[in-house]
Amino acid sequence: MDLNYTAEEQAFREEVRQFLREKLPPEIAAKVKAHKRLTKEEIVRWQKILNERGWFALHWPKEYGGTGWGPIKRHIFEEEMAAAGAPGIVPFGVSMVGPVIIKFGTEEQKKKYLPRILNQEDWWCQGYSEPGAGSDLASLKTRAVREGDYYIVNGQKTWTTLGQHANMMFCLVRTNPDAKPQEGISFLLIDMKTPGITVRPIITLDGEHEVNEVFLDNVKVPVENLVGEENKGWTCAKYLLTYERTGIAGVGMAKEGLRRLKEIASKQLKNGRPLIEDPGFRARIAAVEMELMALEVTNLRMVAAAQNGGVPGAESSMLKVRGTEIRQEITNLTRQALGPYALPYVPEARDAGYQGEPIGPEYANPLAAEYFNRRKISIYGGSNEIQKNIISKMILGL
Amino acid sequence: MDFSLTDEQRMLQDTVARLVREQYDFETRQKLAKSELGFSRDFWRQYAEMGLLGVPFSEAVGGFGGGGVELMLVMQEFGKGLVVEPYLATVVLGGGLVEALGSDAQKEDILGRVIAGELLLAFAHGEPDSRYSLSQVATKAERSGDGWKLTGQKAVVLNGAEADLLIVSARVSGNLTDTDGIGLFLVDPKAAGVKIRGCGTIDGLRVAEISLDGVQVGADAALGEPGKAYAAIERVTGRGILALCSEAVGAMEVVCNMTLEYLKTRKQFGQPIGKFQALQHRMVDMFMELEQARSMAILAASVVDSDDVAERERTLSAAKYIIGKGGRFVAEQGIQLHGGIGMTWEYAMPHFAKRLVMIDHQLGDVDFHLDRFSALMETAEAAA
Repeated sequence: MDLNYTAEEQAFREEVRQFLREKLPPEIAAKVKAHKRLTKEEIVRWQKILNERGWFALHWPKEYGGTGWGPIKRHIFEEEMAAAGAPGIVPFGVSMVGPVIIKFGTEEQKKKYLPRILNQEDWWCQGYSEPGAGSDLASLKTRAVREGDYYIVNGQKTWTTLGQHANMMFCLVRTNPDAKPQEGISFLLIDMKTPGITVRPIITLDGEHEVNEVFLDNVKVPVENLVGEENKGWTCAKYLLTYERTGIAGVGMAKEGLRRLKEIASKQLKNGRPLIEDPGFRARIAAVEMELMALEVTNLRMVAAAQNGGVPGAESSMLKVRGTEIRQEITNLTRQALGPYALPYVPEARDAGYQGEPIGPEYANPLAAEYFNRRKISIYGGSNEIQKNIISKMILGL
Repeated sequence: MDFSLTDEQRMLQDTVARLVREQYDFETRQKLAKSELGFSRDFWRQYAEMGLLGVPFSEAVGGFGGGGVELMLVMQEFGKGLVVEPYLATVVLGGGLVEALGSDAQKEDILGRVIAGELLLAFAHGEPDSRYSLSQVATKAERSGDGWKLTGQKAVVLNGAEADLLIVSARVSGNLTDTDGIGLFLVDPKAAGVKIRGCGTIDGLRVAEISLDGVQVGADAALGEPGKAYAAIERVTGRGILALCSEAVGAMEVVCNMTLEYLKTRKQFGQPIGKFQALQHRMVDMFMELEQARSMAILAASVVDSDDVAERERTLSAAKYIIGKGGRFVAEQGIQLHGGIGMTWEYAMPHFAKRLVMIDHQLGDVDFHLDRFSALMETAEAAA
């Protein structure tokens, strides 16, 4: 047993750091660290830089243009990305639909879509949730009826993250309403420019436009856009939700958040002394740091198991639950550290080029909004309650 | 990075696991805990024959040369059997101090007999008012002839009444809580002026209150240089923390498994109670605490012998905190999910639960280690 990284792994970490020092545009990193809004162009620009280095498709096999890295290298990479303030890779294309196409797609689909994901030609969004199908995803109702060489799709998708930027959507549709819920679902790739598609923003409680509703009204989708077999879409859906989730703990992001929290708590004053010297507040930081230490080792244990061929399955549910709890507590403490200055909020100040004078400390403006935004992480990707159901069933056999 | 065990480590783990599984069933444990001695000399001899009593000692003094991982493995398996033999008191704490500070002659004599199973030790350090502080020592050691005269009170000394030899901490100089000025002395429990009052604990172990009234010891009773013992006390206590954390992981595993089994078999409202989501989620929470505890024991094992004192102590405090908190959660929820049967003496699970809660009262509880971690926490930019 040796918890140290090997010389080779350490050299890899250094290589990643050097790459980030040289190639990560400082203005983008600064925006990420200050919780400013990134434009689509900035995200695409950064992902192109990653792809030029061959470091965009972390999970893909080499033959498809992926890194071919094992879990440990991916873990190191994600940790360094977060520490450097690199924007997180938008997952919908490269981490979600990509692996599904690699696993279930036809040769034509692979040839057509995979390079476009790597080159940033397509921005994918996810058509899973519906107004009536959230945690109970298999109850989805969006209907696809085969007519000649097309499926005619009708229905509504929701919580479509960054759908406003997307030109492609992977979508779960019901092709057999008479079968059991899981057995009548198909996995379709839909061009967002097809007539009949309407995208409407949903503004979240922090005032931001991140998610959308997508209405599908007699949308014609060519049958060659079916991935896998008709009515076997649930297999693709589940594969996507369990595929390589060791990064789901978000340890890198949590560490960066904790570092930032300590920095802010060192600047905020209480009774004329830095807040971080207040025993009560300091103890709360300490408590979450210790939980994070434990989670990091738990994550590494699972990463190492995955490296040795063990398939991370339901164990990743634990990483999701604990990881999101910890990250939420860090955003909570960060908000609390501000005291009354958590209240003022100038949304425009989160855009680049804002020239107004800050109210209160410069760093304060986005942090309450960020706290509210992070409430989502215990809801999306299978709520934490659903994760516990999964552990209960798959690991404990209850 | 590698979490796998070596063949030797796996063999050690298997050996202890088999012993506990095949010979140390709950009834046996309860009988031993209730016996006059409070544990079994036969098992102790068996541990010696198996080489377990030499696990943490270097090969130079006749030990197994084990590090943190080996200690973790032994204690995890002991935790699954609620083993009552004085391994922590004699091998980890007492033996550890002798190895850290003893002269060659002391090591050869004392550790030789410890490893052979012929000598029991106890570390008489805590005092009625010292709580979990390692540096608060009021007991005095005064020069007397060639040797020393010891006076003071030692409190809740683990296996203090069963030990053949006591290692007593006493202050040779400085103020009450100074780290400087603490000495360690080997004391014969039968020496004049030593009064020992043994007592059982709520979780089936043995402790003692010890008073020292001008106890005369020779110059050769000093372990290391009197006044300079603190660093060794801290380091050896760290090993004790690792041992307790590991024992707790073993006990947590038993409580989790027994509770899961109960959820699958106990029926109410016409179905196994494990079908109820409120109970399922609680059970999941228990297993998550177990995994986090396991991770912290591993982390503690990886730093316990480190010379980077700040990093070592910070990590050990984090481990004791996380495991103290998780251990209590598992104990309380294990009882709760069992319902009435979880309240009974004759059932095994509640005894594991009791041990888990009481582990938090040894070598620092969650509040103590939260404070300590908080004080040791890095606040500047972490040196990456």
